Amino acid sequence: MPTVAPLDLEGHVVAAHFLGDVPFFATAAGTIHRLDGGEKVAEAHQGLLTCIRDPFSTTLLTGGEDGKVCRIAGDGTATVVAEAPRKWISVVAGGPQNAVAYAHGKSSFVKQNDGTLKEFTEERSVEALAFATKGLRIAAARYNGVTLHWVATSGDPVDLEWKGAHTGVTFSPDGRFLVTTMQENALHGWKLDGKPGENRHMRMTGYPAKVKSLSWSPKGKWLASSGAPAAIVWPFSSKDGPMGKAPLELGTRANIMVTQVAFHPAEEVLAIGFVDGMILGVRIADSKEALLRRPGKGAITGMGWSANGKLLAFSSEAGDCGVIDISA
Amino acid sequence: MTDTATQKPVPVTVLTGYLGAGKTTLLNRILSESHGKKYAVIVNEFGEIGIDNDLIVESDEEIYEMNNGCVCCTVRGDLIRVVEGLMRRPGRFDGIIVETTGLADPVPVAQTFFMDDDVRAKTELDAVVALVDAKHLPLRLKDSREAEDQIAFADVVVINKTDLVTPEELAVIEDVVRAINPTARVYKTSRSGVDLARVLDQGAFNLERALENDPHFLEHGHDDHVCGPDCDHDHGHDHHHHAHDHHDHDHHHHDHDHDHDHHHHHHGEMSPIHDVTVKSISLRGGEMNPERFFPWIQKITQTDGPNILRLKGIIAFKGDEERYVVQGVHMIVEGDHQRPWKDGEKRESRLVFIGRDLDVDKIEKSFRACEAVAA
Repeated sequence: MPTVAPLDLEGHVVAAHFLGDVPFFATAAGTIHRLDGGEKVAEAHQGLLTCIRDPFSTTLLTGGEDGKVCRIAGDGTATVVAEAPRKWISVVAGGPQNAVAYAHGKSSFVKQNDGTLKEFTEERSVEALAFATKGLRIAAARYNGVTLHWVATSGDPVDLEWKGAHTGVTFSPDGRFLVTTMQENALHGWKLDGKPGENRHMRMTGYPAKVKSLSWSPKGKWLASSGAPAAIVWPFSSKDGPMGKAPLELGTRANIMVTQVAFHPAEEVLAIGFVDGMILGVRIADSKEALLRRPGKGAITGMGWSANGKLLAFSSEAGDCGVIDISA
Repeated sequence: MTDTATQKPVPVTVLTGYLGAGKTTLLNRILSESHGKKYAVIVNEFGEIGIDNDLIVESDEEIYEMNNGCVCCTVRGDLIRVVEGLMRRPGRFDGIIVETTGLADPVPVAQTFFMDDDVRAKTELDAVVALVDAKHLPLRLKDSREAEDQIAFADVVVINKTDLVTPEELAVIEDVVRAINPTARVYKTSRSGVDLARVLDQGAFNLERALENDPHFLEHGHDDHVCGPDCDHDHGHDHHHHAHDHHDHDHHHHDHDHDHDHHHHHHGEMSPIHDVTVKSISLRGGEMNPERFFPWIQKITQTDGPNILRLKGIIAFKGDEERYVVQGVHMIVEGDHQRPWKDGEKRESRLVFIGRDLDVDKIEKSFRACEAVAA
């Protein structure tokens, strides 16, 4: 039976991540709490809007109501990467060679390791950013599609069009697919390596609520999503992705919505967080479920696995966070 | 139940009005006067708000059409994002005010609070307040549709800068406002000096409160006359305006009784200014058959939704001991039982549509056809 070490914080906690084997929790108020031989607290923002795990380094990236973009190191020190006074920074992304992207209004910015700052403007507000897995290339989600920009070279931007508001964006680990979450209760995907003239679109619909959390399985065979009373897991192993295939529905509960999903770093095991605070662990191969945490005070807002995959940190909108040890 | 599910929704006031109508002055008053409440303000530009307040958020107007084939189903994407951020720390403020640009369409702003599930779960649209510049309204109506839309869509209209016009000019302006929107509460003031209790915490979209606090709607006439927009039937009421201007600050803030005497009854009059294209239709009928009424209101809002800016009504259903209240914005209709009918209260149904190109005869006839046949 897994054991839960609780951590009760004040107010809404936006995210929970691991850097190595140290869990980090980011509060909406702007504090970063880490459990490293006792609880340590750092002030990163006057109001924190987003906190992500940089996929290219062992750091966190945050954006706040104070217009700051920060990088949080493993020892908890926060470094201001960029600042846009009086703007709310709710969109950040981490790229290769310490590149950091952030957005406000209709502009996205990429700050590179050498300090250079590049701006890319769109016709509509930038809702989300993601770096491609290879090459210094950034995807900006916006109304009616996504625009791909090469950061370092002057190659022409590529517009991927699909009607509607795209609010989140992610590349598949192998870089063959790009998937967005939408204002409608749907995902949209593009096959990036298709031949000219081939149908590149993937519509993934049928959700009863907006999708706010996506997670790729370790090798990119599956894409898990929230937005239903089960985790909806789309198969991406064939060359056409999930087209013509039904998704898996894992951890189904009657009327309790899934708010967060997080794949284990090595196994095809999915952590599923619910609106009532419950967390289930489900194995893809046989859909076997394990209760990792009983319902709590509020919706699960974030989950992150430790590097060795033995610990799962979680955050909640009511502040009742914790770390689950699944090896116990 | 989780903690957040039981949290009281935060009221949202939408402030519209043309450039120069006095929105910034009113906002500054809301932010600086001591009324014991704190507001988060979402503005298009920091501009002239000279007050340092970390709860003023700048936001780019971003209108998103929903992918459901309905052209009037629009929301403000930027508001969804900002409201989500604000609501993570709701203890910081008592309410949210959204200031729109002079030319902004208030509809997507309002619809955001109905159509987005996350926003809707945590907030509640309180009222749409339109500021009108008494001096420049005739010109505004001539050169734009937005000025008219803002009035037509409002729950509260504040006619500002009354010191810049003659009493006669002001009377015309007031008639124009009432012709465009007979259900709004109208206040006259100068220097945005309206009593803030008339602007904030109105509950205009709250089905329980909305029509209860709207004496103009409730006390409309006592004859059986159904007013249409082409009707210039004069109800013969005295025009006893009680302008809630800057002399009225002594009003007790929650004493709604003061509301009961400031409206005059001017239903269905054509606007004295010809540039007005918005009409209102006030319907009145007996007890309704729910099996006819619900399909009817669904159908009319589906087919005429793009032309309907607002609808509000109190419906008496045959055999139902409770009043049923409905309200709508374009194609969105909401309804619920409000409270039991009081002894002696006349059980009748009343419905007001505000919009453009509405077929009065068709709507009136089909509404009548929903009446329950006497047993």
